[in-house]
Order: sequence, then C-alpha cells, then structure tokens
Amino acid sequence: MSIKGKAYIAGIYEHPSRKALDKTLPQLHAEIAKGVLEDAGLTKDDVDGYFCAGDAPGLGPINMIEYLGLNNVRHMDSTETGGSSYIVHVNHAAQAIAAGHCSVALITLAGRPVADAKEGKSARFYSPDTPDLPFEMPYRFNVVNMYAMCAMRHMHEYGTTSEQLAWIKIAASHHAQHNEHAKLRDVVTVEDVVNSPMIADPLHRLDCCVVTDGGGGLLVVSPEVAKSLKRPLVKVLGAGEAPKHLAGGYVDLTYSGACWSGPKAFEEAGVKPTDIKYASIYDSFTITVLETLEDLGFCEKGKGGAFVSDGNLISGVGKLPFNTDGGGLCNNHPGNRGGMTKVIEAARQIRGEAHPKVQVPNCDIALAHGTGGLLGARMGSATLILGSEAA
Amino acid sequence: MSTGQKSKPRLIVNSENKPYWEGAAKGQLLIKKCNDCGKVHYYPRSICPHCFADNTAFVEASGDGVIYSYSVTRQAKPPYVIAYVTIDEGVSMLTNIVDCDVEKVHIGQRVKVSFVEAEEGYALPVFTPA
Repeated sequence: MSIKGKAYIAGIYEHPSRKALDKTLPQLHAEIAKGVLEDAGLTKDDVDGYFCAGDAPGLGPINMIEYLGLNNVRHMDSTETGGSSYIVHVNHAAQAIAAGHCSVALITLAGRPVADAKEGKSARFYSPDTPDLPFEMPYRFNVVNMYAMCAMRHMHEYGTTSEQLAWIKIAASHHAQHNEHAKLRDVVTVEDVVNSPMIADPLHRLDCCVVTDGGGGLLVVSPEVAKSLKRPLVKVLGAGEAPKHLAGGYVDLTYSGACWSGPKAFEEAGVKPTDIKYASIYDSFTITVLETLEDLGFCEKGKGGAFVSDGNLISGVGKLPFNTDGGGLCNNHPGNRGGMTKVIEAARQIRGEAHPKVQVPNCDIALAHGTGGLLGARMGSATLILGSEAA
Repeated sequence: MSTGQKSKPRLIVNSENKPYWEGAAKGQLLIKKCNDCGKVHYYPRSICPHCFADNTAFVEASGDGVIYSYSVTRQAKPPYVIAYVTIDEGVSMLTNIVDCDVEKVHIGQRVKVSFVEAEEGYALPVFTPA
C-alpha cells in the first residue's frame, strides 16, 4: 500500500522558545499541540491519532493524551528512532490514515536540555541493559566524537576537507540571519568555522549544531480533512525509513541509512533527486549533511565536499537550497532532536510560507531527512517527500 | 597503562559479556566466533548476528590491528583519543588509543592491544601504537 497522496500535513508549529527555564516539558508539548491545531484550524476534539517519541515523559502517549485532554484518540504510536522519530511518525501517520485508523494525527516533540542542565538534571539515561553500552561507554564516547570519526574517515577516503564542511554551516548561517527566532543569526565564513575551537578532530565548534529548548508539532490529516481547511495543501508523496548499524563489527562510517530510506521514498513519490526544489537535511553536524546528501543521490559518493562548496546549499544562490530556517546548525535543535523542524521548514516551503528572503520560488517538491542516534554507530534514518497539490 | 581518566573505569558486566571481561583481566582480547558460519563478530553476543545460530564461542584474538578512524576529544583535560580499530581477525571495535602522541595518531596506523585495570578486578582492552 502506497501512502502517496493519502495524507496531508495540515498543521505545523515551531515553538519560539530556545531556552525554556519557566516551562515544564509537558507544558511545552501542550503549547505546541495548541499551536499546531490553531495553525490548521482544528480543535483538540478533532484529534483521533497521537504520536510522540522518547522525549515525551512517562509512557509517552498514555500520559500525554491525558495531560492534553485528548478524548477521541483511537490510534497511538510512540516509535523512537532518536531525532528522526518525527519524520518516521509522518510516514506511520500517513499509513494509519491510508488504512482508515485515524484521520487527524497529532505529532508533538518538546525538550529542555538547556533548562535541564541548569537545573542539574542529567541529559540522557541509557539503561545498562543496552547491549552495546558495556563496550562503548568505558571509552568515553560522546555525540561529537562519534560523528567526528565519520568525518575523519570520509576525509581519509575521499579527500573531503574542513573548508568544504564549513560551507554547510555557512549556508545555514545565511538562512538563519532572516529568522528572528534563530539562536545564531550571524553570517559566518570558512575562516570563522575552521578557526573556531576544535571540539573533537576534525569537527570544530561551528561544525556542531546548537543546543536549544522548545519543540514543534505537526498535524497529518486525511485528504478529505485537508481539503476542508483553509491552509495551503502539503501532500505526502513518499517516505522511507531504515536502520543502519555496525553490522557485527564490519564497520563503515562513510555512509548512513539514507542510502536505503532515500531510494524507498523517491520510488514511492515517483520523483528523482533532481526533482527536489528544497531539502531539509538533518544537520546535527556538518558531516551529517555531507554524508546524507551523497546517500540520497544528490551527488556521487565521495563528491559531497565539492557539491556543498561555494554556496550550493544557499537559497537563491545554489542548486539545492537546504535548511532555510537556519537548521540545527544555527536556528533550533529542540531537545537534541532535529527531525521535527526539518519537516516544518519543508512544509513552510511547499506552502510558500518560508521567509521571503529564503523562499524557493515554485517549490512544488521538497524533501526532509532525519538521522537519529549516532552516525558513528547505530542510527535510524528517515526520508520524507512532500509536494504541492499539483505535484 | 591508563585511559587518562582519574578513576578506574567501572564496567557493565552481565552474564552474557562476563567471559569477555574475565579474559581481559587475564590479558586476553576475546571475540566471539560462530561455529556454524565460521564468522567472527564484535561486540560479543550469545546468538550470531550474521547467521543467527546459537553456537558461538569466545576465541582469543591476536590483539594486533589498524586504526580505521579516530578523533581527539579536545575539551577533555587531558585530551583523549577515541578510535575504531580493525583487528587482524576482521572486526572493528570502539576503543581508546593510549600511551601515544595524540598529534601523531592516524588512520592506517598499526596498533596492539593493551589492558587498563578496571573496578572489581576486571580490565578494559585499549590499544597503543605497535
């Protein structure tokens, strides 16, 4: 069963907060739910499907549905693939809608890592039962050094340079200058990036995304509901999801799960990489974007460095405008989970509601891709292709 | 030998991985080999991740390998090297490169296993330049 044309994104909302000291985690979820329903022009009683991931407290949907006061939910999903979860959720919501299980699916994400750190709460808890943890934790892995090893290997195999990776941050910064909510709004140069402090070789501070509080939400609805609303139509064309892991020790850090989730999404949508007018690419680090672009087929494997250089990702300048909200690198990475904002900006582009300075003209086909977990170990990759009603 | 950490590492020991840590305490790097498909795997599991047979056994690895990739975590004092080392048996393992000049660590570098004392009498395999 294909989801092409079977579901629409009717509501989007990005919480404006980047530092939520005065708000609880459930409160952020609720503000987001309210924001996304108001955007769509629907009420909480219209919601019959609810989706959340590991950022939601308690048993996820069970606790959140009660807190939000949702009374008509008949479909629940708490798929957890890290930061890509919300892109997977759109796929699963479209499948559920196509199968007739629900017609108005609410997806919420919220997080407050900045506030939590200030309050002395630990960022993340890994159960000691996690099978890989005994063999990784003692070596002091962290998010940055695990992605850094991917960059180091990519440089070794393909000659990719720090200057080329810097262009990914530069493009994001060009877009973020127009976003009043972006955490970092200054336009940066290659020199700024490569001269910023080294965090974990070869990744500098400006190769890393921001840490922010806040979140976002989506409303995925049936075609009948979408066409009854007053918002521009954003159609789900195709989606793919795939895990990638260390394969029992046969490690290759030069590619991601996008090499499987991408082709599946393109096939379902019936489009090619050259048809994509705008791409939201998960940008936890610059290397995440580089490997993803290659794996999705926007350029040949190993040629990502040349592809991203000289402004090729800058809206109005290059061939593939990306992350026009400023992405995780400059705008927002709420709860350390960037998949939600990727879908939101792709939907804004299809609606024609991105900032005028970064709006892609006639943006009829857009892509959103997420990489959850660790590029340097095990990850959940998810690709979503959206289109206008004519697409 | 030390990983540069102030205290001895505390390991997560369970019934499935205990022989691995006991081997390390005796100076052996153990990996799992499947007696059905003949392939080795890392990290060790009871059921082979390649063929799903429940016929796996620990075997001692040579302890020699080559750096597949690495990174120096600069924010730590002192900075430390995390790496994937591909051992000569074919599998790659996450580890630290210790007792080395962090500025000279490189992909393709030959390394050999060494052991750091851990809590409760266990030991942690690490690698040093060969």
